[in-house]
Amino acid sequence: MIQFDRFSLANGLRVLVHEDHSTPMAVVNVLYDVGAKDESESKTGFAHLFEHLMFGGSVNVPSYDDPLQLAGGENNAFTTNDLTNYYCQLPAQNIETAFWLESDRMLSLAFSKKSLEVQRKVVCEEFKEHYINKPYGDVWFKMRELAYKVHPYKWQTIGKELSHIENAKIEDVKNFFFKHYRPSNAILVVAGDITTAQVKELAEKWFGDIPAGEKYERNLPQEPKQMEPRRLEVKANVPLDAFYKCWHVGSRLDSTYYAMDLITEILGGGGSSRLYQALVKEKKLFSNIDCYHFGSTDAGLLAIEGKLVKGVKLQDAEKAVEEELTKIKNEKVSESELEKVKNKTESAIAFEDMSVMNRASSIAMYELLGDAQLMNTELSKYQEVTISDIQKLSNEIFDENNSNTLYYYAN
Amino acid sequence: MANRTIAPKIIDPVEFDLHLKPYEKKTLDNGIEVYAIDAGAEEVLQIEWVFFAGNWYEQQNMIAATTNFLLKNGTASKTAFQISEHFEYYGAYLNRGCYNETSTITLHCLNKHIEELLPVVQELITDATFPEDELKLYKQNNKQRLSVNLKKCDFVANRHIDEYLFGIDHPYGKYSSAEAYDAVERDQLKAFYDQFYRHGKCILFVAGKIPANLFAQLNKYFGSLPLNNKTLPEGAHPIVQSSNIGSPIRLSNDPEGVQGAVRIARPFPNRHHPDFLNVQVLNTLFGGFFGSRLMNNIREDKGYTYGIHSYLQNHIHSSAWMITTEAGKDVCDATVKEVYKEMKKLREKLVDDEELLLVKNFMMGSILGDLDGPFHIIGRWKNIILNDLDESYFYNSIRAIKSITPAELQELANKYLQPKEYYELVVV
Repeated sequence: MIQFDRFSLANGLRVLVHEDHSTPMAVVNVLYDVGAKDESESKTGFAHLFEHLMFGGSVNVPSYDDPLQLAGGENNAFTTNDLTNYYCQLPAQNIETAFWLESDRMLSLAFSKKSLEVQRKVVCEEFKEHYINKPYGDVWFKMRELAYKVHPYKWQTIGKELSHIENAKIEDVKNFFFKHYRPSNAILVVAGDITTAQVKELAEKWFGDIPAGEKYERNLPQEPKQMEPRRLEVKANVPLDAFYKCWHVGSRLDSTYYAMDLITEILGGGGSSRLYQALVKEKKLFSNIDCYHFGSTDAGLLAIEGKLVKGVKLQDAEKAVEEELTKIKNEKVSESELEKVKNKTESAIAFEDMSVMNRASSIAMYELLGDAQLMNTELSKYQEVTISDIQKLSNEIFDENNSNTLYYYAN
Repeated sequence: MANRTIAPKIIDPVEFDLHLKPYEKKTLDNGIEVYAIDAGAEEVLQIEWVFFAGNWYEQQNMIAATTNFLLKNGTASKTAFQISEHFEYYGAYLNRGCYNETSTITLHCLNKHIEELLPVVQELITDATFPEDELKLYKQNNKQRLSVNLKKCDFVANRHIDEYLFGIDHPYGKYSSAEAYDAVERDQLKAFYDQFYRHGKCILFVAGKIPANLFAQLNKYFGSLPLNNKTLPEGAHPIVQSSNIGSPIRLSNDPEGVQGAVRIARPFPNRHHPDFLNVQVLNTLFGGFFGSRLMNNIREDKGYTYGIHSYLQNHIHSSAWMITTEAGKDVCDATVKEVYKEMKKLREKLVDDEELLLVKNFMMGSILGDLDGPFHIIGRWKNIILNDLDESYFYNSIRAIKSITPAELQELANKYLQPKEYYELVVV
């Protein structure tokens, strides 16, 4: 059970406090409710580029990093299709430094041209390092476009193409900031060796006078139900053929989420999972195979991917995957197999909760989903999943008309 | 109203008095040393069995790594599937890792399942069978993985730079190949297993919320095994450095590559050398954190790369000082030039007090954060113990951070940051 207190400031900023006096550190986590899904299709990659610019100086503080490091702190941030999260950890005595820095960049950035110019290049190098200069690095550009026709999940967080990042203008940066980086669009979590009373005072002092701004109302086109199988084949300069297939699944708050998560564990989690045992170990068709889902806020994807053993045909590999899916659709999983994936989930949660940093970001993410208290009921929701839930949901998900298949051929 | 133009007052972390929580040490009946850190709020455990069974002790390439990997792929009474299923059923993670001097088996689990798990770990240490078909599959899949990795400039660069520093036959310099995988025989694995696991030298590291009966349990399953009886072979591995030090090396790996992997490295002594701890401070300032000279210049000013780092390699016998980055193909040479410029600046100009205080405070804050939680603390102790050091190493490293002066840093820069003493490699 993770305990926390919650209050709001007049400008709409939500603040959550998680006291843990066993650590000498404090964590300040600021989550903004904006991700790549809020971008326009002609300016993709912007939410992530913007994350870099948040370190380029704010209206009263020329450098974010220097004062934090001087106070003994470390920080980082990440952007997803759904959200942007900034976190720092520092000795608890110096917590006010984090309030000063985070509040000033929520008040306003410096909008430095030099920072934009440099970070455009840095992000282009990040794009190259992870998506171009890497075998199979382009797969999810293609798969997302295949699976999503209207929802902005059709592009990746890094963006559709380098030119979108290269063309970013300082006007875009300003507009984005005042549209999305307002207190009412943010969640502040403070955790560690601090008290709620202390956080109340500091939050009021540093964040209280930031103008509320206009509340951003999200209105995204939802993906219509897919009615026919979609297939794509590509050839690239890679050494091995690879197989990718994904299916649409429910949203993060959908009641089927827990069964769906357990299905991916049954099929692809670890050395005793079904796909690994059948297709890597017994049939020797794949040299590796994985099954996972994206955990996205809106309706997401469940994927299976693997590299083929040299000489195996993609058609045969796909057929063997289908046989495993037929099995989970037609036959009930055993009590002990279901128990296994529930036990794995229980222990994954326990290990994740060990670090105060993880607890802080979990609180922020669950608050974004609607209520931080949700994190304390997760385990019981997994425990409630039944054998027939798994079978019923497998039949709904693994419908060929709901599938997107990519054959990735080696040249 | 807060005055936003003035930084809030801080306590300089360099003034902190840091302590490394002492371990509890026990010895099993057969002499196995168990180091334990009892801390944390969650009912979880991490147990690590460290064997002196790294590639330092192998007679042929890939034998140590393959033996370690296949430990959990079959015992006298269980198949690979059954072993995986057993650990996964209890929500436990059983990992193994092969390094240079050591190789490990690591268990992470909830306390309530420990008694179901220890007997099977024992089986892996006493009864692994290395089935022929598991070996065959391992070779095939690793050769496939290697073929993918060889397309990546960073992977290729890492192999070459280690080879230049230590020589292709040295445990720190050698690397995998399809031929090396092909040459591995089951009998060699069995022999290596028998000598270095079954009758090997083992140390245990335990951390978490430790149950009262854990030590008795460990003694029951591991205290009567025939471990720690024999002395380890010395293993003489002369370092053979490549002669191309101080001159640019450019390799082409992928004609379509859009980035190059830059590696600039020099040999460096191990942790017992009197300069080691002071150089850790110089390294942090130079390229060891986000606010370093290299990061500020090459990423934050020039935008040549997503990230650039420098570090001292984590080896027991002999280390190396390494600078690594992936930079745009067109700016690799400019990146190398800037690295040397930063070396020169450190040699010629004293670091100012403000920057040095920032580095010191950052390092102290970072250590304070890293001492948080049982797994981190045991990790520090493991490093100390395996490197044949004691707790004074920790306190000396704190003292080095607190007391080093700009003049000392400059002296070290003149001693160690000389471009002609570095290998300079770019792989596109």
